[in-house]
Amino acid sequence: MSEIKLAFKKPAPDGPPSACCAQPSVDISGPRLPQPWLAGFVNSPAGPVPRISTVLDRGDQWGRFKCRVSSYRDDYTVPPGLYAAGDPDGGSEVVASANYKFSFDMLRRQLKGINAWVLVLDTKGINVWCAAGKGSFSTGELINRITSANLKELVGHRRIVLPQLGAPGVSAHEVKRATGFRVHYGPVRASDLPDYLGAGLAATKKMRTVGFTFMDRLVLTPMEIIPMMKKYPLYALFILAAFGLEPSGILFRDAFRGGFPFLLLGLVPVLSGAFLTPLLLPYIPFRSFAVKGWIMGAASLYLSMRFIPWRSAARTNGLLLAACWLFFPMASSYIALQFTGSTPFTGMSGVKKELKTAIPVYLASVLISAALLVLYKLALWRFLI
Amino acid sequence: MRYLANAATLGLSAEKCVGCGMCLEVCPHDVFTLEGKKAVIRDLDACMECGACAKNCPVGAVSVRSGVGCASAIIKGMLTGGEPTCDCGGKGGADNCC
Repeated sequence: MSEIKLAFKKPAPDGPPSACCAQPSVDISGPRLPQPWLAGFVNSPAGPVPRISTVLDRGDQWGRFKCRVSSYRDDYTVPPGLYAAGDPDGGSEVVASANYKFSFDMLRRQLKGINAWVLVLDTKGINVWCAAGKGSFSTGELINRITSANLKELVGHRRIVLPQLGAPGVSAHEVKRATGFRVHYGPVRASDLPDYLGAGLAATKKMRTVGFTFMDRLVLTPMEIIPMMKKYPLYALFILAAFGLEPSGILFRDAFRGGFPFLLLGLVPVLSGAFLTPLLLPYIPFRSFAVKGWIMGAASLYLSMRFIPWRSAARTNGLLLAACWLFFPMASSYIALQFTGSTPFTGMSGVKKELKTAIPVYLASVLISAALLVLYKLALWRFLI
Repeated sequence: MRYLANAATLGLSAEKCVGCGMCLEVCPHDVFTLEGKKAVIRDLDACMECGACAKNCPVGAVSVRSGVGCASAIIKGMLTGGEPTCDCGGKGGADNCC
């Protein structure tokens, strides 16, 4: 790796965009200045290239936060194409990324003091890993970008650094065959990139291994909870209707008095399946997410049953209790199973294996708990009439 | 953190393997190791079936059935009989739900 020339020059100031008005000859699909994350242009043999700021401002931080808690992430992009970090030249490394602005921001803040070219692929606003899985961070897209950005003119070497999690989408040998560029898979995390570049494109085992820390899991929970809470009004409506239903019509007083504890209990599986299970994932026994979710659901139900203001005789009703124990831990199990889509260690075959058992159990639990509720209502009416 | 045992569909043909080490480089779970001049699967249960190794094996020695791990996508795939795809909204039918 001795031939690798890494230019750690004096960092270029991340000042306001320069007054340069030449049209970039590289395909940048038109990021228009002033973009707050751009800082002027760098001249290159292939024409002017927009320079990225390596400091995240408040707008970037706010965008990052919104991506974590809402569907804002579905349309948060930067124009694909070639960018410069610092003051790169023909010997500087080329680093590829996705055009999801969140991913792009995570990369550019690590490039402080580093002179490099950044080639942003059009991944339709999806992060590197998901895009690689879905085929937009792909061999074909990389080859096209290398060609359209005129990389051969830009740099004297034939190396390009890709995030390691882009590997499921890219065939390094095909890229080499088509463009002459050798793909070097960099670290999993952008934060390791400076060390990787500084070591002459050498990754340690730690850089190559994907982790899933408490914080990694915590930041994912809002987008587990929110989609589930969108279904909550439907559940609430069902509960109110079921408890308010009388042979003579729906009684609002009964609906609320009888239904209230169950409205609260309905939040329990969301809390246990979408929050507690992801957070405590490594500490909950068994490997199956469905089982982990059930355990957390049952424990949470047990605790909440003691603190819920019952206001009616429902607590002592055997039919309702049985329905509760059947339904709520099962709902928690179902919600926890959704988290398999967000972890970096669960595979499709494992999830399929879980579902084969889980789906029949889920269906049976829903049907039986609904039947128990019907029986409870019937018993109640006969008693009253 | 480990997922279900004996579920991964990862396979490696010792016959085809040329020992280039590319699978070791791209695997984020350290599944492979080199023994002599051949790659071997060291830890099958750590595999998450991302498919990076198969995609980057220059001689096609690695095989794996890769796909999305979202439970809801797989349920949808089972119901419609198709391959599971993440389609929980987003720009141009794409998203980042997983």
